[in-house]
Amino acid sequence: MTFDKEYFNIGYLDRLSYGDTVIHRLDPRSKVIATMIFVITVISYGKYQVIPLIPFLLFPVLLMTLSDTPVMLIVKKMLVVSPFAVFIGVFNPVFDNRAVALSDTVYISAGWLSFLSILIKFALTISAALLLIATTSFPGVCNALRRLGVPSLFTSQLLFLYRYIFVLMEEAMRIVRAKDLKSFGSRGTGVKVFAGLIGVLFIRTIERASRIYNAMLSRGFDGKMKTMKKSRLGVADAAFLAAVLLMVYLFRAYDIAGFLGGIIKY
Amino acid sequence: MSHHIVEFRDVCFSYPDNTPALDGISFRITHGESVGIVGANGAGKSTLLMHMNGYLLPSKGTVVIGDLELNKKTSRDVRKKIGLIFQNPDDQLFMPTVFDDVAFGPINLGLSEEKIRERVDEALRVVGCLPLKEKPPHHLSSGQKSAVAIASVIAMQPDILAMDEPASNLDPKSRRQLINLLKGFKHTKIIASHDLDLILEVCERCMVIKEGRIAADGFAEEILLNKVLLEENGLELPLSRQNIIYTRKGQDERVGKT
Repeated sequence: MTFDKEYFNIGYLDRLSYGDTVIHRLDPRSKVIATMIFVITVISYGKYQVIPLIPFLLFPVLLMTLSDTPVMLIVKKMLVVSPFAVFIGVFNPVFDNRAVALSDTVYISAGWLSFLSILIKFALTISAALLLIATTSFPGVCNALRRLGVPSLFTSQLLFLYRYIFVLMEEAMRIVRAKDLKSFGSRGTGVKVFAGLIGVLFIRTIERASRIYNAMLSRGFDGKMKTMKKSRLGVADAAFLAAVLLMVYLFRAYDIAGFLGGIIKY
Repeated sequence: MSHHIVEFRDVCFSYPDNTPALDGISFRITHGESVGIVGANGAGKSTLLMHMNGYLLPSKGTVVIGDLELNKKTSRDVRKKIGLIFQNPDDQLFMPTVFDDVAFGPINLGLSEEKIRERVDEALRVVGCLPLKEKPPHHLSSGQKSAVAIASVIAMQPDILAMDEPASNLDPKSRRQLINLLKGFKHTKIIASHDLDLILEVCERCMVIKEGRIAADGFAEEILLNKVLLEENGLELPLSRQNIIYTRKGQDERVGKT
């Protein structure tokens, strides 16, 4: 069943974060900041700008190489969420049919440019986010966010989400399996049954939440999630941040693509 | 030492839907005792344990832990004294990594960073899980989860350990390790379980609960070998004390034939 397969897949990205490379060793905070700067710069480009976005591919490619992250994994995960981006932009060429000159003789509708721009921005931002998780681990990112000043209410929600998504999926998997064993052919697969299953899952979740809260109370929980600081910002982090800032600044301020194109031309 | 006492005085409790769960329970457990709580499903074992750290408060009667009478105000101090381990380790381990989870209690006790690391390492070493320190709980086996759940509680160094079905979901080897571990603890121990053999090995005293009341309270050796009493309460003799002559006899016969 695909559900089982998905379940085993979800932990994979997480396992990658156990790696030990230059990128993995950086303080999570510097990676979070760098990713944020990168993402904000990428989305700061205008609707019809395509060419200036291309050099930014360097960032995910470098991260991927330095952190030994398998390219196919990131590509696959991106494909999974790509429908969102595709549907946002797919009608642009139809509605935005102003003619734009690519060269003296080739004209296309402006919608194609904005569609392409959306797709590239999507690819850049999603791959950066995936790489952040793959090199930092989800809890690492949460801790970094908290230390950067995000209220602990949000970060602890995220931590619990991460911890219990696996438990919940297992629970859901058990319910679905039990249903499959007792439904023959198409019987017992209707919407009504499905609604019932969701209800069961919901009630089990509430019960579990109360047991978890009980466990937290028995260990002295007083409303604040406290965690220990595990990393310090060091020279490597400063260098990494400086490099990212410099790269982003150069790409944003100068026409790198045009410059490279110019070199090739002559 | 008189302050590691657990005392229930005529404790009654009903769930909000009026299901009666405890009906006048009284007992006193003194320092260093190890007590098994046995009873059929739904007899009130888990409810009883949840009264020990103030998660549930009695509708009648009092609970005294150490020198504190348990109520809303004292529950936080009581929780420092009593380490409660629940049945399902997935509920017990709620932090993203083993380290964070074991450190959760000590951090809330307000210990220094150095001290916290010491406690975490020490607790994980005791249960033999030190190599798992950086792992997320969903990559652990059931046995490892149970062991880490115990570590997360002993890292707080409670005076009293209370456990609900500690050996469920464990394979025989992990169960054996758990029993040895429990035997090694000098704490006051309270263990609710259907695993009567475990109780027999670990506990000196045993209480039988039936329909929210104490049906028997005495030496584990006596109670757990009293076939009539056990069967009256939905239990049976511990497997190790059931007649094993059948298998022996079968073997002897086979040996005789060949």
